[in-house]
Order: sequence, then structure tokens, then C-alpha cells
Amino acid sequence: MAIRTEPFVINMGPQHPSTHGVFRMRLTLDGEVVVDLEPVFSYLHRGIEKLVEGRTYAQIIPITDRLDYVASMSNNLAYVVAVEKLAGITVPERAEYLRVIMAELQRIASHLIAVGSFLNDCGAYFTPFMYMYREREDIVDLFEMVCGQRLTYNYMRIGGVSHDVPDEFLVALDKFVRRMPYFIDEYDQLLAENEILLARTKGVGILPKELAINSSAAGPVLRGSDVKWDIRKADPYSVYDRFEFDIPTGSVGDCYDRYRVRVEEMRQSVRIIKQAMEQLPPGEVRSEVLPLLRPPVGEAYGHIEGPKGELGFYLVSDNSIAPYRLHIRPPTLINLTALHDMIIGWKIQDAVIIFGSIDICLGEVDR
Amino acid sequence: MANYIAALPPDWPGGFWVHFGVFTVILLVFVLVMALVIIYLERRGIGRFQSRLGPNRTGPFGLLQPIADAIKALTKESITPAKGDKWVYWLAPVIAFVPALMIFAVIPFQDGALLADLNIGILYVVAISSVSIVGIFMAGWGSSNKYSLLGAMRSIALVVSYEIPLGLAIIGVVLLAGSLSMNEIVTSQSIPFILLQPLGFLIFFLAASAEINRSPFDLLEAESEIVAGYHIEYSGMKFALFYLAEYCEALAICAIITTLFLGGWRGPVLPPILWFLIKVVLVFFVFVWVRSTVPRLRVDQIMDFAWKCLLPLALINLFITGLQVVVWPEGLPWMVVFLNLAIMAVLILLWSKLFKLGGGRVEV
Repeated sequence: MAIRTEPFVINMGPQHPSTHGVFRMRLTLDGEVVVDLEPVFSYLHRGIEKLVEGRTYAQIIPITDRLDYVASMSNNLAYVVAVEKLAGITVPERAEYLRVIMAELQRIASHLIAVGSFLNDCGAYFTPFMYMYREREDIVDLFEMVCGQRLTYNYMRIGGVSHDVPDEFLVALDKFVRRMPYFIDEYDQLLAENEILLARTKGVGILPKELAINSSAAGPVLRGSDVKWDIRKADPYSVYDRFEFDIPTGSVGDCYDRYRVRVEEMRQSVRIIKQAMEQLPPGEVRSEVLPLLRPPVGEAYGHIEGPKGELGFYLVSDNSIAPYRLHIRPPTLINLTALHDMIIGWKIQDAVIIFGSIDICLGEVDR
Repeated sequence: MANYIAALPPDWPGGFWVHFGVFTVILLVFVLVMALVIIYLERRGIGRFQSRLGPNRTGPFGLLQPIADAIKALTKESITPAKGDKWVYWLAPVIAFVPALMIFAVIPFQDGALLADLNIGILYVVAISSVSIVGIFMAGWGSSNKYSLLGAMRSIALVVSYEIPLGLAIIGVVLLAGSLSMNEIVTSQSIPFILLQPLGFLIFFLAASAEINRSPFDLLEAESEIVAGYHIEYSGMKFALFYLAEYCEALAICAIITTLFLGGWRGPVLPPILWFLIKVVLVFFVFVWVRSTVPRLRVDQIMDFAWKCLLPLALINLFITGLQVVVWPEGLPWMVVFLNLAIMAVLILLWSKLFKLGGGRVEV
């Protein structure tokens, strides 16, 4: 006689250590196997897109900090790029280089958290996490030097950046850039070829190339599926066309590929920062922009390659001091589109790491 | 002290019971204190592995941290889930905790210094150590929580798989020692059995770390997946009992590894009890090391590993040990150490080629 079994529903989140915030997965399990998944979000919805309609253009910059709060610099950058496109503002040379340096540092910091928490989800009891926080601490210290903040930086301004960097910043940055490659090698030595990690991540949660493109995934999730697409190369903004760097891609699109792509991107970011430091010109860091900016009637879409994917701001102006409409293209929310197809059929333990390998930030998903 | 008690005349009025009672109290105090010590060591050790400090505020070097934790646990509210099975829920921590203490009855701290020199000592250990899993399953069932139920199901699967290689690895030692008594196993180790039984040691170590739910087999309480597993609903002293049980079991397994493979209390210069403690702490340090380094395996991969890797290796190890005991009935010579190391290397290389983990998607 066969024992009758039936699937049961388990609510993973919104309070759960590995949902990286207040994400909720309503999993239907058959034993340990996930047979259905319903993602539930918006627990952190703050109505940012509506909120900004009552703010001036400059006042919106600190609000963008609260989107993806582990990568505020990138959010700042994406927003000011959009505004500058809308109002036709030129940015001084030195400010562009500083922006690139900050954005790449932010990419490293964000990937450190992504990789660390991914490995933590794999069960490596906080050790990689703490190691990566050690280096993130250096980056946060660097950011503190330039803008006095450690999480919500509010550093970019329309037409430049808020301040020039202090003298000791470049010394500290140079030290960091020389040390970072060794740390990345250290992570690889400790875990990249670990038999258990390979068994857990290789071939798990495959996102096929077609599905990745069709679901308009971006960033490391897309590149892990062997699609060579990076806004920095495809549609260069700022001064990215002046640097030499590679776009790392995965081969099959499993969790391991996404993890590897992130680690390789950290190396490439270090490379870009090195070149930017060499080329850094002297001069102004901020062009004259009216505090109450009134861009001409029209619309503009500014996008950058954020740490988690294509981060875009779509702005509509009616020639008033506040935007008529702001729409944000949140890379992590769109990357979640394929979550269902990636998780179905895997065990609950895999569901956690597949979810972790997408690297989401709920501040951005829910807005 | 231990010598003095061991020397108490059994025909002294009530001598047996005095001997028994005093030794039991000493043992209980020793085990609980040692459990606190290894909790402290683990937290500090993992702190160092993770490039942070670990607890260092309570008392000198944070030494009083486990005591502070105990006081905190005692003063916390004890919650019983409304839909839980109350009896099962209440009994579970006790059933999980007591076997961990009972194992120490047969651990020789030095020659003859053990509560009960059973002639089937190691068999007793194997029997008792798996009882605590019943407590864990009861906790998972009684809390009426889906996460804890998943943890409980996993615990049963884990124990069913890992008891077998564990037992087979022990038989290798028993063959060499020619006795099931823990004390005799120690006295027969003129060469520590870790050298004569390297493969057996490895199998025992891995199976034991599954038995006490430590990384990479810690999926009963996998924090990143099922949050805390079986003890998710427990709070206050009941949780503290589970916590203590976990470390008492870890301590017991360390003591058994010391006894079976590392020569127990044997060692030059230092007093035997010190040798015993040093070895126990060293073995525990290896557990801490493993825990802070490796990721966790998936539940089906853990089963695969037990049945396809550990079990055949344990059988081969048993076969080879049997042959060697037949060839050298007077005790194995030194040269066998190198032979066995070579055999272990070849077998492990072979299995690493034959046996691959991975995959595991189920069509739904």
C-alpha cells in the first residue's frame, strides 16, 4: 500500500534569514521539492515614484539613495545621468572620472555583499560573508571620506559631484586598489573550487539564454547566461568608452556562473579604477546648475550598468521645478521575473541559493 | 581525586553507592562545565576564523559569556505553541539531552576511571547516541511548525544513513582491540588506532559530524533554509537544553574519537586526565575548523554521500582490517601504518573519480 502524500504550502518570508529583506516566497512543496512558487513583494513599498513628483530635481537625489541601499552611488549616478540628458547639462571632465571611480567602487561593494550572502545561503556559516565585509568596510571608509556618509551617500549632483575628493582619498584609494586583487584571489582560493560548493551550485537553477533575454534580465544574471551585454560597452555613458575592460560571461547560466561573473566583475572594476586614477584630470567637479532646475518640456531615459543590472530612470518634464513623472527600471525586480522557472523542481535548499544568486535588494524591488 | 575514588573499597559500608554517587556528581559537573568551555572555545574560534573577535566583553577574555547566556536563557519567557502537542513538546528537550550525558558513563578519563566499565561499552555508546535523535524528532513534530517538521524529517533520514558507516568504522577498531570495553580499547592502543585505521578514522569522523549535526551535514538546523529547524519554536530554558545537548553530544563524540582512535588518556609526561582533555579539545577544534570553512551539502547529496561513498569505503576498510588481523594475530606491526595510509590514499582517489555529487532536479 502506497502512503498517500500531499503537497504543502510553506511561507518563506517576509521574515526569513535568507530572503535578503522582506521578500516572501509562497512555496508549495512536495516533500522537499518545490512544485510551485508565488513571489510576494511590496512589503517595503514607499511610493517613491509618486513621492518625487512633489520634489525639486535636486531633492530627488537623496531619495534615490533609498532604492538599492547597498549601492546608493549607482542610484545617484543613474538619476543624475537621466536629469542631465533631460536638461542638456554638461559635466566637467574631473567629475566624470570621479563618478566612474565611485560607481566602480560601489559595484565592488555591492558584489561583495552579493557573493558573501550567496555563499552564506550555501551554508558556509558567515565566514565568506565576514571576509567580504572586511573589504567592503574599506570601500565604505573611502566613501565616508568623500561625502561623510557610510550608507546613503547623496554624493552625485546634477552637473557633477558634490565635493572634490580630499587629498588623502587618492592615497587610500591607491592602497585599496593595490590590495583588492589579492583579496579576490583569496576568496577564490578559499572557496571557488570547493567540492561542496561545486556540487551545490553547478547546474543548479539554470536560466537558459533565451529565457534570460525574453525576461529582459540584466546585469550578472544575464551575463551568467552567456549574453555579452553590458550598458558600459553597449551604450557608453560618462567616460566609460575611454577604459579598457572585459565583460565576463558564464557558460550555462547556473548559480555558479552568476557567482563567477560577479567575482570576475570585481577584478574588472579594479582595472577600471586603476585606469581612471591614472587619467584623472584636474579642474572643476561641478558645473553651474540652477538650484531650481526647470528642464524643457520633454522626456528622457538615462540608464547605467548598475551592480545588479541595467538601472534606468525615465523622466518626463513639464518645465516645472518637479518632474511630471519619474519611472524607475529596477533591475532586481525584473531579474526576479524568471525566478519561477529557475526554482521549480529544485529542493527547498536550492530555492534559497537560486534566489540568493539573483542578488536582489528589496529597497529597489518594492520602491 | 579520581584515583582516590577509584580506590574506595567496594566493601566499605554502602561503598558501591558512595562510589557511584560521587562519581556521577563529578561526571555531571565535569560534562556541564566542559560543555560551557567548548561553547566558549567554539565562539572564540569561529570568531578568529571569520576575522572578528568573538565574545570578549563578559569577564576576562569573554570567559563568562556562556554563563551570561545561561542566565539569559533562564530568565526568558517559555512559550508553548498553541497548536503544538504539549507533552511531546515538553519531553523533547529532555530526551535529546539525557542520552548525551549518558554516553559519558563509559568514557575512560584515565585507566579504570570510568563510571561503568561495561564489557560492551562501545555498543552502549552506539545505542545511546542515536536516542537523542528521537528527542529531536519529537521537537520537530510537537512544535507543529512546517520548518521544524522538515528539520525533523531530515534528522531521521540523516541518522538512518549515517549510523551504518559509523558502526562499521567502529567494528574496525573493535577488531584491532579485540574487545568492546572502552577501557580495553584504550589499553590496547600501543600504536594509536588513527595510524592503523586512517580510513576508519575519516569515516567515523564524517559520520559522527553528521550524527551531531555539524557542518557540512548541519541541515537539521540549516539557518539559511529552515531557519533553526527542529528548535524553531523553543525558547528560554527548553531552547538552552537543546543548545546544551548539542554541545554535550559534540563533547561526547570528541571523547569517543579520542578513546577509539587517539589513544584516549595515553601519553607521556603529563597526567592521563590532562592528555585526555587536550585530545578532546583538539578534536573539537577540528570540528570548529570544518564548521567555519565549508558550505552545506544538500539533503539528497548527503544521503548519496552516505550510501555510495562512506558505506562501501567502510566495508572495504572492515575487510582489509579483518585480513590484517588474521595475518598478524599477535598485533599489527608498525609497517602496517604506511600500508594503510597508502590504501586510504588510493581508495579516496578512486572514489573521488567514481563518485560525483551534483544535479538533482526533479521534473514536476
